[in-house]
Amino acid sequence: MPQFPFHRTRRSFLAGTAAGAALSVLAFQARAQAAKEVPLAEYTPEYLSPAEYAFVMAATARLIPSEGDGPGALDARVPVFIDRQLAGDFGIAADLYMEGPFNPEADPNLGTQTALPPAEIYRQGIPAFDIWCADTQGGLFADLDTDAQDIALTALSNGEVGLSADLREFWSLLLQNTKEGYFCDPQYGGNAGMESWVYIGFPGARGNFDDWVGRQEVYPLGPVNIAGERA
Amino acid sequence: MARTDPKKDVVIIGLGWTGSILGMELAQEGLEILALERGPDRETVPDFEYPKVIDELKYGIRLGFMQKPKKSTLTIRRTLDEVAQPYRRLGSFLPGDGVGGAGIHWNGQTWRPLEIELRLKSYVEETFGAATIPDGMTIQDWGVNYDEMEPYFDRFEYMAGIAGKAGNIKGEIQAGGNPFEAPRSRDFPMPPMKQGVDAQMFAKTASALGLHPFPRPSANATQSYVNEYGMQLGPCNYCGFCERYGCANYSKSSPQTCILDALKRMPNFSYKVNSEVLKIELAEDGKTATGVTYFDEAAQEEVFQPADLVIVAAYSLHNVHLMLLSGIGEPWDPVQQTGTTGKNYSYQMNGATSLFFKDVEFNPFAAAGSNGISIDDYAISQIDFAKEGFIGGSYITAGISNGQPIRGISLPEGTPSWGASWKQGIGDWYGHAMSIGSHGSNMAYRDCYLDLDPTYTDPHGRSLMRMTFNWKDNDIRMTQFMRSKIEPIAEAMQPDSWQSSYKAEGAQYDVRPYQTTHNVGGAIMGTDPKTSSLNRYLQAWGQHNVFVMGASAFPQNIQYNPTGMVGALAYWAADAIRNDYLPNPRPLV
Repeated sequence: MPQFPFHRTRRSFLAGTAAGAALSVLAFQARAQAAKEVPLAEYTPEYLSPAEYAFVMAATARLIPSEGDGPGALDARVPVFIDRQLAGDFGIAADLYMEGPFNPEADPNLGTQTALPPAEIYRQGIPAFDIWCADTQGGLFADLDTDAQDIALTALSNGEVGLSADLREFWSLLLQNTKEGYFCDPQYGGNAGMESWVYIGFPGARGNFDDWVGRQEVYPLGPVNIAGERA
Repeated sequence: MARTDPKKDVVIIGLGWTGSILGMELAQEGLEILALERGPDRETVPDFEYPKVIDELKYGIRLGFMQKPKKSTLTIRRTLDEVAQPYRRLGSFLPGDGVGGAGIHWNGQTWRPLEIELRLKSYVEETFGAATIPDGMTIQDWGVNYDEMEPYFDRFEYMAGIAGKAGNIKGEIQAGGNPFEAPRSRDFPMPPMKQGVDAQMFAKTASALGLHPFPRPSANATQSYVNEYGMQLGPCNYCGFCERYGCANYSKSSPQTCILDALKRMPNFSYKVNSEVLKIELAEDGKTATGVTYFDEAAQEEVFQPADLVIVAAYSLHNVHLMLLSGIGEPWDPVQQTGTTGKNYSYQMNGATSLFFKDVEFNPFAAAGSNGISIDDYAISQIDFAKEGFIGGSYITAGISNGQPIRGISLPEGTPSWGASWKQGIGDWYGHAMSIGSHGSNMAYRDCYLDLDPTYTDPHGRSLMRMTFNWKDNDIRMTQFMRSKIEPIAEAMQPDSWQSSYKAEGAQYDVRPYQTTHNVGGAIMGTDPKTSSLNRYLQAWGQHNVFVMGASAFPQNIQYNPTGMVGALAYWAADAIRNDYLPNPRPLV
């Protein structure tokens, strides 16, 4: 049976060890750096407009809420990640085949067929979804209470909000990008403090588990990121 | 516009596994060789350096080492009357590009096919009767037999440094190995990998059920190793970043770790990167190639590179695309059933059962691409096709290859995909799930093939290739049979819960989720120019100085990962070129 599951009681475990003392210094440094990041509400988006950013904040807060165990999407700074991705190569579909003719209504099994790159899907998808929210829930998504937001997201996930075929991928992009921002290396702006990795017990970029293969025990060390910081 | 460069003895298209092998073998003959690679150069340092390669978003999700559809893709449809749509974003399969090709980002599972798989059609007809083969299934024999290929499997495995445990050495069954495998002349060059908790649990249960577990053969080294070219591998440290990544640790067999540094020292070998071959040029009579035309990205111009011998060694799909664009062979016509180029494209039929154990710590991040425990009790050679109603088989494995969280955390059925319950689910179940997977054969069919798309073009103005492919009842029955064998094993392991995912009746090919990059066929080898593109030495029937490497030569897919067969065929063809063709260039059959 597990004895020292770091992802549950890491702080109490580390507090009692000499290694904990050393790790705590580094952890403090990592946290000190995180503290220098501007609060989410004051972040200036590179791509998203203020209204779009408010939507991304509100939507990701429901996709991975802060309540319960583990960080939520806002704690992990997922909106910053999404904004930076949309501002970069991912947003402009730099790697994708974007030659026409486009048949966005083709069978979904044949993959994405829209002419819109991901950043544009967000740009057109957010107001289209907001119209549905206003019609059925009485307000823009970001202004709804959390129960109404969950109803709206459920409808979006079921393809029930009347989006055009060009926006068919809006839901899957939003959910996928949210999980990417939750679990990515912190260099991309999400997974702040590596708390998402700590929560599930993923040790990040340690890159060597030779002495841990086949051992039925909880791995005792917390994660490191690519920059070499410890959580 | 096109520049013409001085003639070479040999031009090699693509510098992955087979291009590197042919480069080395033919360089040893003293020939002047130029390899043309469409992608960038890649070396362990700096391209796979720790820690920057341990980046799930960049390489595992944004697919940093893979082909960019913007530069090269194909169109896909399921049936002859559907309009094919471009494969705009990579999903179902992930072709590589750049030096090393798919050889850098594979997991390293390195198998040999069964003896009967190389003469599948004859085996089925002799054993079960020709009527067992359903209408529309176009399986064929390969034109080579296992015994003559055995030295070349051995050569590839010792060059690449494969870790495993033999189950059959010269007919003697070996305890702890795969008793159903074809006979080997000797054991693997390295002992098997360490096994995770999941594989150990599976092995114990499988043994108790009277099955025959053995360690999966692996191109992840288990000790320090020096191969025939003087290249060195170091033991794998189970970093958990194998498939989709280059290896930071010189442990995964790849062209980089096993061949290229030695090859680059050969003064008569050179290579150019960012040089995509556009066409294989043929002589006026069409009976030989005169060289290739490629696009030199640095010079921004087309170049004609004359050569006496053309080795086509790109990824299987690109080999076929080049043949279609160059007029090598007649295109396959699925209605008239004439022609050969593009014929018998096939894939791989896989399925899995996931098991959840709340009190077991699997530590999925402590993993390698190809450790794991397999059974081959339901191999293609062990099944009565007449009784079961399908042709095919599968090996079955438990072996976690990574614990990367964006790529997916297995959650019990009914867990929502978002919201508070999802978050609770990942906390509860990360590290507490394993799976038992079936890796199965896929037969060839009249209407599963490759040709040129009528509408879409690439940046060079060439027609994209069009893939027509769908799942067929035969292969769905095979995977459902495997389900019926795997689920009792899963139940016997007494998980808290389990769930299955196998293709069911009516399943339609979906290009979106990743399935496997085992795309085979389209330039198939065989015994008859009317029914195959290549003879048994991988030589084009119509152009004797064109040899086509790779899994495009498979007449239908085997039940195993293809690289072992691809490597053996490369050495087999190289041997024929060195000892038979070069002294007297001609059709070898």
